[in-house]
Amino acid sequence: MDNNSDKTIVVRDLVKQFGTFRAVDGISFEVDKGEIFGFLGANGAGKTTAIKMLCGLSRPSGGQAFVAGYNVARQAEQVKRRIGYMSQLFSLYNDLTVWENIQLFAGLYGLDRETTARKGDQMLRYLNFTKQRDSLVSDIPLGWRQKLAFMVATIQDPEIVFLDEPTSGVDPVTRRQFWELIYDAVDRGTTIFVTTHFMDEAEYCNRVSIMVDGQIRALGSVRELEQKFNAPTMSDVFRKVASTATRQ
Amino acid sequence: MKQFWSFVKKESLEIIRDKRTLLVVIAMPTVMILIFGFAISIELNNLDFVAVTPEPTREQEQIVNEIANDPYFTFKGYVSGQDVYGTLRRGDAVVAVVFDKDFDRKMAGVNPSGQAPLQVLFDASNPNTATQGLSYLGSMLAGRLGTYTPDTHILYNPQLKSAYNFVPGIMGLVFILICAQMTAVSIVREKETGTMEVLLMSPVRTTTIVASKMIPYFVLCAINLLAILLISRYILGVPLAGSLWAINGISLLYIVMSLALGMFISTIAKDQVTAIIIAAVGLLVPILMLSGMIFPVENMPEWLQWVSTIVPARWYIDAMRRLMVQGVAFNTVIQDVVILSAMTVFFIVVALKKFNNRLS
Repeated sequence: MDNNSDKTIVVRDLVKQFGTFRAVDGISFEVDKGEIFGFLGANGAGKTTAIKMLCGLSRPSGGQAFVAGYNVARQAEQVKRRIGYMSQLFSLYNDLTVWENIQLFAGLYGLDRETTARKGDQMLRYLNFTKQRDSLVSDIPLGWRQKLAFMVATIQDPEIVFLDEPTSGVDPVTRRQFWELIYDAVDRGTTIFVTTHFMDEAEYCNRVSIMVDGQIRALGSVRELEQKFNAPTMSDVFRKVASTATRQ
Repeated sequence: MKQFWSFVKKESLEIIRDKRTLLVVIAMPTVMILIFGFAISIELNNLDFVAVTPEPTREQEQIVNEIANDPYFTFKGYVSGQDVYGTLRRGDAVVAVVFDKDFDRKMAGVNPSGQAPLQVLFDASNPNTATQGLSYLGSMLAGRLGTYTPDTHILYNPQLKSAYNFVPGIMGLVFILICAQMTAVSIVREKETGTMEVLLMSPVRTTTIVASKMIPYFVLCAINLLAILLISRYILGVPLAGSLWAINGISLLYIVMSLALGMFISTIAKDQVTAIIIAAVGLLVPILMLSGMIFPVENMPEWLQWVSTIVPARWYIDAMRRLMVQGVAFNTVIQDVVILSAMTVFFIVVALKKFNNRLS
């Protein structure tokens, strides 16, 4: 299929069926290289299921999806090598130190000792975490954990990073700082695929999609959507679109 | 391999960091062995016995029938004098009543040596069975033999030490608790904290994640095995008569089976509490009640004996009793080994299947 080098994600009529329930009901979209793509939707709209398919963790029941040029159904292994993932739980190991976490994730992606040391140092300096190198993750503040989780998720220089509600439970200042990390990553050429419940964060995205009942009901830049739905803010757009939901 | 070892390292670090749990895991087996190792008395019936005689006479048959009709004993037939030790070693019977070749004549009074014309051999690897069975059989025979006292020989565990019997039981319990419960809890904890999701999103294979989780617990149990064997031999004085290779080999097999069982539990349990409850109710209780660790399997009603066949510890404990206490050859415990191997394969296959299913 189209192995377009400027498209990091290509999704065509993607479906995930659980018994009689269509969690994802034929979604199609594309994400450009270096784009920040916001993947919005109320809880239960099918976002997580869609992300799992894109990450090669769940097999699509129908349709096709290409991530970094690889088919998620048939080349899950290749896809996994080229993506980073961070969930709302900032999933680090609390009983390991900052450095041990870095080492572990570097190891999971098969980085050699030298590269790990170089990248790890780089990362700690960038985050100003050099002093916390040997602190247990459970001893560092939540905001720091979140930043570390993001950096760890990008240690293998992925083409695209999936962020599943990366800023839930974090104060606005820390959220702002977190988005600076994201922008830096984009400057290095990384594509960002992010889900969020904060509409101000949607403003940071180049384009957003709104998922309702397993379908994408709105797709475009924030400005385009505000015009199209004749709404003053993104929150109003979201409310209008999300209120078309019929399933429980 | 790189992925595998960074994961093994992480798993080991996590175990070492959790000092309290580590202490429990290391100390529990030792403490349990020492506590359980001493006297606990349990009742028993349905003792299997054989009779040894060149040619059963009417008089001898009467005695055999009387014992056979007793609810506490089950007659397993006549065997020759050469076969009797083998029969006891294999566990086909726990008692052998050996008639003198001149039994009838001697009973009639022609007995220049004055020795009893009847011998009782008792397998005492389970000391509770032995003490109670012996005194009961003794009083039964007393009526028959008149002035003679039967000549009794206690085999395999001549000092009737309880510890002999309990060490294999404790091993059966400890390894399953450490391996199955700890691996299950550690996998489920990763599900709770969300790290499992991250691992699954990485290019690491499911089998690598699972296998590398097993390694540190395997090492921990190997250390425990060594400690238990040393305590058994040098403090409790268990003979460890059988092949050490077989004892260790079968123990390691049982440890691997327990780890696989832990993986299996982790695929059912949603949170750590559930995992612990499943391990406690699903493992601890059956092992205590049905494995033969405390209550002899042969003493159970037949249907319960059938139920006990699915308790892995039953086979392991049986093999360990034979090897550590009776010192029989490896080939007599092959049935146990085959069953344990089959269970290991079963749990690994099912756990991996469920693990992968959850993803799609």
